[in-house]
Amino acid sequence: MRAALTLSPPLAWFVVIYLASLVAMLVTAFWTVNPFTNNLQHQFSLANFGDIFKSPIPAIIGRTVVLATCVTLTDAAVAFPFAYFMARVASPRARHALFVAVLLPLWASYLAKVFAWIVILTKDGTLDWTTGSLGLGQPNIAYTKIAMWVVFSYLWLPFMILPIYGALERVPDSLFEASADLGAHNFRTFRSVVLPLALPGVVAGSIFTFSLTLGDYITPLLIGSGSGTNLIGNVIYDNIGLANNLPFAAALAFVPIVVMVVYLLGARAAGAFEAM
Amino acid sequence: MESRATRIALVVWVSGVLLFLFVPIATIVLFAFDKSNVQSWPIKRYTVHWFQVAWDDPSVRSALWLSVKAGLGATALALVLGSLAAFGVHRFRFFGRETVSLLLVLPIALPGIITGLALRSFFTFGGINLSLLTIIIGHTTFCIVVIYNNVIARLRRASGSLVEASMDLGAHGLQTLRYITLPTIATALVSGALLAFALSFDEVIVTTFTAGAQTTLPIWIFGQIRLGQQLPEVNVVVTAVLLLTVVPVALAAKLTGGGGMTRSSVK
Repeated sequence: MRAALTLSPPLAWFVVIYLASLVAMLVTAFWTVNPFTNNLQHQFSLANFGDIFKSPIPAIIGRTVVLATCVTLTDAAVAFPFAYFMARVASPRARHALFVAVLLPLWASYLAKVFAWIVILTKDGTLDWTTGSLGLGQPNIAYTKIAMWVVFSYLWLPFMILPIYGALERVPDSLFEASADLGAHNFRTFRSVVLPLALPGVVAGSIFTFSLTLGDYITPLLIGSGSGTNLIGNVIYDNIGLANNLPFAAALAFVPIVVMVVYLLGARAAGAFEAM
Repeated sequence: MESRATRIALVVWVSGVLLFLFVPIATIVLFAFDKSNVQSWPIKRYTVHWFQVAWDDPSVRSALWLSVKAGLGATALALVLGSLAAFGVHRFRFFGRETVSLLLVLPIALPGIITGLALRSFFTFGGINLSLLTIIIGHTTFCIVVIYNNVIARLRRASGSLVEASMDLGAHGLQTLRYITLPTIATALVSGALLAFALSFDEVIVTTFTAGAQTTLPIWIFGQIRLGQQLPEVNVVVTAVLLLTVVPVALAAKLTGGGGMTRSSVK
């Protein structure tokens, strides 16, 4: 009774607004737009889902998934030694300082971070200047897919560090000692003890790095070069604005959801959740 | 346990990552003080002139005001709903408890564009005109989990015996709430509110879908960057938003030790 009283306002909010919204989006995806009047036609149609398989959408989906995968792998590789240092090497004080040092960029304004990268990567920006003065030439990667890969990896890195740290922090010292006592050298301990126990953290982080890349349209618009670097998010965004086709946008929005579900099922099949 | 060489390599790696995380942020703050109206590095002359220009710009002012209103409204609603959810999940054992936590984190775990588009479809469906209220509804939906995470992290660390002692001494429910529970979670509430405001104040994706023709500060920034206009002003505004997101986070981390602040914690 008391539980119902406490929980019903927040649950009501989520059911009446959030879940209802997702349902509304699903229903909208089966509608169409009258090409002459631009009005929504409330008739069941699978046309929007069929349009997903028409050029250039499949190529854009492929590009988005490849980029999300690259960003996730990069973040995992960059975050792992950092999280390992935090959990296993740093003193308690240094650990707390590093924790806050990851929280700050995690919460810092998204647009500020993207804009900072425009200033850094742009022609004759700070990166060109730095490499130029070191005699390395000018990389000139502004408005390319490489720039998008760097910026996305930057934006989501804290989302990867924190869960890996959380997983490693929970590994008791005794496991390391036991592994050493049983004759494992450092690399063997790392491979057979640390990695499997850190895996749930990596998966938890990758849910964010993957999903956030799948749905982003701001970074491609500001860091990319237009249609050649568009992601799924851009197509959805364009259909809300310029093309004014809410039903097609709604159908497209199920692509990231399906990709995420497939990803999570794959992770589960690989045993990533067993230790969670 | 780690060899000396491993430790050195790790320290180098960690320093590199810290540079990678903070150099972009420092860069943008520096450019806010660049006197030139064409950005170029290295900066030749510094000024605070652009702060005045941005402050006097009516479009910036109205966007700022709208963002503040949306942030305060969403934070207030999320405070109530998020702490109620945390209490419910913490106090009572019931079927589907894990599902509640998962449901709350969905709006920030799923791409923002999905939350945004879903809400937009909902408003279109219900014939609801986009207004300040629809912005607040959208922001509340993803801010609830922020409060929830902070409060539940605190409740889990707090000892239940205090509540029991209070009851044993004859306090009724409201007295226990007033004298035991609220003081216990007070800093978690403050920290959660700061974070929720920071998240709302900076949000652009969900807002784009729920704001219609209204311009919040992030929407203003996004528009200006796309057009490549008034970039010195953008520098200043972006730096201000950066401070308004980073300062609350630093305060919140000081208040709570950062336990409920990872954004990703589902459990």
